[in-house]
Amino acid sequence: MDGLSPQEWQAVFLSLRVAAWATLLSLPPGLWIAHLLARGNFPGRSLLNGLVHLPLILPPVVTGYLLLLAFGSQGPVGRLLEPFGIVFAFRWTGAVLAAAIMAFPLMVRAIRLSIEAVDPKLEQASATLGARPIQVFATVTLPLALPGVLAGSILAFAKAMGEFGATITFVANIPGQTQTLPTAIHAILQVPGGEMSAVRLVIISVVISISALIASEILARRVARKVAGE
Amino acid sequence: MSLRVDVRHRFGDFELDAQFEAPPGVTVLFGRSGSGKSSLVSAVAGLTRPRHARISIDGRCLNDTEKRVFVPPHRRQLACVFQDARLFPHLSVRANLLYGRRFAAVRPQAVGFDPIVELLGIGALLDRAVAGLSGGERQRVAIGRALLSNPDMLLADEPLAALDAPRKAEILTCFEGLRDAFSIPILYVSHSVPEVVRLATTVVVIEAGRAVGQGTPEQILGDPALMPAGASQAGAVICARIGRRHEDGLTELSAGGTPIYLPEFYGTEGGMVRLRIAASDVLVSRDRPRGLSALNILPATVERIAEVDAAATLVTLKTPAGPVLARITRRSIAALELAEGVECQAVVKSLAIALDEVGQG
Repeated sequence: MDGLSPQEWQAVFLSLRVAAWATLLSLPPGLWIAHLLARGNFPGRSLLNGLVHLPLILPPVVTGYLLLLAFGSQGPVGRLLEPFGIVFAFRWTGAVLAAAIMAFPLMVRAIRLSIEAVDPKLEQASATLGARPIQVFATVTLPLALPGVLAGSILAFAKAMGEFGATITFVANIPGQTQTLPTAIHAILQVPGGEMSAVRLVIISVVISISALIASEILARRVARKVAGE
Repeated sequence: MSLRVDVRHRFGDFELDAQFEAPPGVTVLFGRSGSGKSSLVSAVAGLTRPRHARISIDGRCLNDTEKRVFVPPHRRQLACVFQDARLFPHLSVRANLLYGRRFAAVRPQAVGFDPIVELLGIGALLDRAVAGLSGGERQRVAIGRALLSNPDMLLADEPLAALDAPRKAEILTCFEGLRDAFSIPILYVSHSVPEVVRLATTVVVIEAGRAVGQGTPEQILGDPALMPAGASQAGAVICARIGRRHEDGLTELSAGGTPIYLPEFYGTEGGMVRLRIAASDVLVSRDRPRGLSALNILPATVERIAEVDAAATLVTLKTPAGPVLARITRRSIAALELAEGVECQAVVKSLAIALDEVGQG
């Protein structure tokens, strides 16, 4: 098997970059919304829950098109952000946004479950010892929920790596700009005789995904042991 | 330092409507489970928001529903010791102990780390993980953690309930040590008479969501009308001064000039102690009995005879040592011709005075 062509390398690195940014950027709001859903008691909680899960149930193409309508150069949000130099449409930043939105429900779900598993009585104890709500979260809830936060992040990373439908609809498939691993594989398969190249990318894709899975497994075990106080 | 509480709240069918005041010292909220004691402590800690509440400590308002004041738990400066120790599993014992320190108000520390660790006997545990601790050790760390957060008052919600008997004794001793060594006021929830006898300086009786009586342990425990379990749990508490130890193992105490003998009691001569004498352990005799093995015979006058059930009565006797309660059958009342004002003798076996119910007076 030959080495990868420059264009294939580009797709691999772009995918990693997009997935890493998507995971990193959705982590803070993911923590906040997961905490809100797990512990909050406010009107509109079900609505928020439904909204977060929407990308999971909508066809990805629909999500991508909605993103295009909102964040495109003619869209209301897109026009609002353009003067600040923030452009999403047909840029790699748009791929990050699409991947983040698609991965968000998976991340929130994992974090929410792990926060719900933290004993609220420990949070009460922390409050009576003088910790403000944000300090309770930082010193008790978050450390105890860390295995779930980690799992959610890895899951989001993997989802972002593989995101296809929303990405291609929102930012198209421009080599070097928005062509990620899955969209590159898709493009190659459109051309006769590209099978070898596709197989190379598929193997890389499988290797990255499995490595992420193994890394998360090892990390989660280590964190769980630390959290249990052993 | 005094805590004033006035709370009204409905939980489904249960109505909480209690007013009481906790002066300095150890105030025990005493009542059977389900009487609303824990709900009251929860409201004081700020962990629940009652429908109507007026709670203040030393004039500092913690909760006043009329004025729409609700101070959140982290700004109340009250630390809690819960039934389950609730230690943070991801932190070491030392980090648990120091947890409250980082949030504690900047003011002179009332208690130092080392004295607390020494009093609780947890010096050897400091670098251990929480997971390996026994129940008693956990509870001692929880007490230390609460104290080291520098609270204005310590709230303890049945801290011994989840422990076995030897562990109970161990933690009870810790609380006695706290009460005597640090002048921190404690609000302590319990349904156990021995805990009241040993710890309380004030008792508030909670029954069905209401505070039905407040007073010293002597006043409350000697009043059968206030005892949560009624006459079956009734017993008098008397104060006595420790006297001479006899060679045969008995310790002589003096209560109101009358000698009382206790077996194997280790206390310093001249110290004051509190003794609880259960009503079912007291015999009544018209004449001073002779040829009887019981050592403690107190001259008494019948003050009141209360009917308990078809067969039993509860007699309140006035003795030089204070009021003593006796649980006696109706048949004996008739046979001895007991009535109010009749003089008699109250007889108590030395071994019947439970030693674990002897508290410092």
